[in-house]
Amino acid sequence: MDAESLLLALELASGSGQGLSPDRRASLLTSLMLVKRDYRFDRVLFWGRILGLVADYYIAQGVSEDQLAPRKTLYSLNCMEWSLLPPATKEMETQTSVVKGRFMGDPSHEYEHTELQKVNEGEKVFEEEVVVQIKEETRLVSVIDQIDKAVAVIPRGALFKTPFGPINVNRTFEGLSLSEAKKLSSYFHFREPVELKNKTLLEKAELDPSLDFMDSLEHDIPKDEDPRG
Amino acid sequence: MEDSIPVNQKIKHQELGETGRPWEETVTTSQAPELGLSEALELEQGPETGLQPRSSPPTMPLSGARTPDRPVDDLVGLRASFPSSAFQELPSTLSPLALARQDFMAPWQSDKTTSVIPEAETPHFGHLEQLSDKGGSTLHQTCQSKGNTFHQSQQTKYPLYELRDVSDHTSKQKELRFDIFQEDDSDSNCHLDQPESGASQVAPSMLEIAIQNTKAYLLKTSSKSGLNLYDHLSEMLTKVLDKRPENAVDIIENISQDVKMEHFSKKLDTLQNENEMLPTYEMAEKQKTLFLQGNVEGADQELEDEIAEHALPNIMESAFYFEQAGVGLGTDETYRIFLALKQLTDTHPIQKCRFWGKILGLKMNYIVAEVEFREGEDEEEVEEEDVPEERDNGDSEADEDDEDELPRPFYKAPQAIPKEESRTGANKYVYFVCNEPGRPWVKLPAVTPAQIVIARKIKKFFTGRLDTPIISYPPFPGNESNYLRAQIARISAGTHVSPLGFYHFGEEEGEEEEEIESGRDSFEENPDFEGIQVIDLVESLSNWVHHVQHILPQGRCNWFNPIQKSEEEEEEEDEEKEEEKGEEPDDTEQEVGPPLLTPISEDLEIQNTSPWTTRLSSNLIPQYAIAVLRSNLWPGAYAFSNGKLSSLGHSNPLWASQAVCGKGSTCQCRRRERCGFNPWVRKIPWKRKFENFYIGWGHKYSPDSYTPPVPPPVYQEYPSGPEITEMDDPTVEEEQAFRAAQEAAANSTEENEETEEEEDEEDDYD
Repeated sequence: MDAESLLLALELASGSGQGLSPDRRASLLTSLMLVKRDYRFDRVLFWGRILGLVADYYIAQGVSEDQLAPRKTLYSLNCMEWSLLPPATKEMETQTSVVKGRFMGDPSHEYEHTELQKVNEGEKVFEEEVVVQIKEETRLVSVIDQIDKAVAVIPRGALFKTPFGPINVNRTFEGLSLSEAKKLSSYFHFREPVELKNKTLLEKAELDPSLDFMDSLEHDIPKDEDPRG
Repeated sequence: MEDSIPVNQKIKHQELGETGRPWEETVTTSQAPELGLSEALELEQGPETGLQPRSSPPTMPLSGARTPDRPVDDLVGLRASFPSSAFQELPSTLSPLALARQDFMAPWQSDKTTSVIPEAETPHFGHLEQLSDKGGSTLHQTCQSKGNTFHQSQQTKYPLYELRDVSDHTSKQKELRFDIFQEDDSDSNCHLDQPESGASQVAPSMLEIAIQNTKAYLLKTSSKSGLNLYDHLSEMLTKVLDKRPENAVDIIENISQDVKMEHFSKKLDTLQNENEMLPTYEMAEKQKTLFLQGNVEGADQELEDEIAEHALPNIMESAFYFEQAGVGLGTDETYRIFLALKQLTDTHPIQKCRFWGKILGLKMNYIVAEVEFREGEDEEEVEEEDVPEERDNGDSEADEDDEDELPRPFYKAPQAIPKEESRTGANKYVYFVCNEPGRPWVKLPAVTPAQIVIARKIKKFFTGRLDTPIISYPPFPGNESNYLRAQIARISAGTHVSPLGFYHFGEEEGEEEEEIESGRDSFEENPDFEGIQVIDLVESLSNWVHHVQHILPQGRCNWFNPIQKSEEEEEEEDEEKEEEKGEEPDDTEQEVGPPLLTPISEDLEIQNTSPWTTRLSSNLIPQYAIAVLRSNLWPGAYAFSNGKLSSLGHSNPLWASQAVCGKGSTCQCRRRERCGFNPWVRKIPWKRKFENFYIGWGHKYSPDSYTPPVPPPVYQEYPSGPEITEMDDPTVEEEQAFRAAQEAAANSTEENEETEEEEDEEDDYD
């Protein structure tokens, strides 16, 4: 949710039951403005909230001029003080895939995971149980990244690509029409395209290169079998 | 190619009302008419009128893109198709038409096809009838229609000549054509007849087919806009010819865009907007009924006043508190739900009603209301199928003849456990659901233990439609409404909590005997409850207790002993049968669950995490904060309590309304109407408030992904014995050996008279 239209977006998203209490809302509005000024972001988005046992993480993302460039992620425990998170890497993802269960709510908490690692000692090779410590911050980073890659969605027409490369917000985008809004093909994944190159030439011919430069949601698995609703 | 279309149009406009060049009529509204057919014919006639020298024209009129080869090809083709000498001159004249036609149909086709086209063209006009015989392509049909009219119009072929003449000129070609067309007379008519007869001999050739294909391609409707190229081109050319702009070729693209835009603007005005608005209008209509105050029947008013005090809960107040906790649907939606609940309480005889929560679904969501009916006014029980009690198979099979007795399977179906009576245990409350406020409320059926047991093993998302079948393993006995009810029961049993002391057991019961067997299953509000400090509520989980009975693994809250029942029902059986039942697995042990009103600190942990998370709603202003409880076992279940309050009722909105009404306590009915809901909820002194709420997908938390249980191994159906064990048939040698042995035995006893019997037996074996 864009920080500038936070209240409206919260109201619209209230159907799922997750909302913000008034004090959090007020804190967010104030602090996100400051974040935008300090980090010189083009747009600041309130990404959401990750529930933990002891405390909850509130996540925000900052977008620079090029909308599709990797975004900077910040987290806060009280919606007032924001800390920058490191960018996600593949190693982080493999490392944290073994951790299961809830988030603690403490960024310095370390998960312990015992692994069997082969250790070479001279000529002997034997397995040793190694306890690997994984910081919660790392897990937070990779979880946010996975969620973004899987479900960050943007409607068709909201962003457009200029011939020079950078991707801009389409100021004349007025929203999708009702018939378009019902189709999955009008929504794209908000990430670098993965499937786009695999499309056949026939499909590509119908695409508009300035608007259709991301993967559409149509081909995601599991497919929606019931065309109704 | 575009040129030819306006030409045709012009022809239509100017020359011949009668002919109307039907060839392409079906295609275009603007009647890009008779492609080449009539034109071809007329062109053919052309040479005879001295238009022959215009063999070069093909290149000029049609489009700059025309290759110089085309005319030649056309000429050749045309020549080939028109055997008669009269027609030999035609090719040149025909070529523009041919080209025109090509442009019509397939301007971008290869030269080969273009060369073919002229050939096809010639038979066309001659063979309109033949074309009509062919089925299938629109081309045929259009040709046919055109052909018919063409036949009619053959009388007036002269315009074609004009067409050709026009093509000679580089500029203003179209206009010239038309002029010429107009000027010419129908001398050629007779000529037309001749070529027609001659051409009618020629069978449809490749050219024809190619023309049809290209035309079909041109007529292909775009999936995006619903236009087709043919129509578009004809419209465009019509427009150009109508307006006659300067340097038309330079602005032709803009003209094309304008024509397209005109299409769209029409649609938007009439059709699209209306269709789009309908679904939202419908919803608004439905919700409007919520806002209209229903007529309260005068007779029941007093009755309702007494009872309806408790009926409608103050949802807005609870929503306010939940909002402090960061949970809740927006104000608008909550208010609509409030009105929908009011509608529910008005239409059903309800004693207590509570907004249980919202369950999200894939297509639609469920809004759930927990309801308790008035004493004795239960809704008629929907006829429910009797829970079939399966008896041992031994009973049914005892009657069979011994000879044909099938081997008895070992499997004894477990006895179905009857569901609990309404108002007790898991069926203590009745639940109503609706998809959206404004839609009618649907009552969920009572839950059976079997459903709960299986609901524990499966995980299915709700779709939002109550009649969706649940396809799963183990197979769920019921459809989505049953599954929903089972999940609601589980969630209520697992997460409905209240501050310690809010409820206490009634004074009447308390006999220990009952406690052992079934546990206390009813409680009352404690009028002396003074509330617990919010800090205490947050810090220690022992300050909260479950006030809903725990559901045993059996699926019920109160233990049901299947053996007991079965013994009672089958008293007539012999003791042998009872022994069989005694072999049943260890269900005989009574299942015990935590009794009612146990503190939630006793709840089991999952993976070393506490099952509940507590928070203060606000760290900044702790004086007015409330305690919020969040379940880790059932994500989405929340509870809050607002601890001690220093004074009563200052935040009760109803006080304010009463002040406005200004009446004494006598005139209840009028006040009711004015406030819109019963203000006499106030009768109860302002209580420490707590509330439970659920909003989520309806599933339990599991750190691992769900995996369905593996099917059990295949049962051994029946004991294997010699009668049914498969054995190879004895081979011939074995049989002979056996027979020999038999005979030997028989011979040995031949002296006895019994040998005869044995021989008989031997015969039987054979």
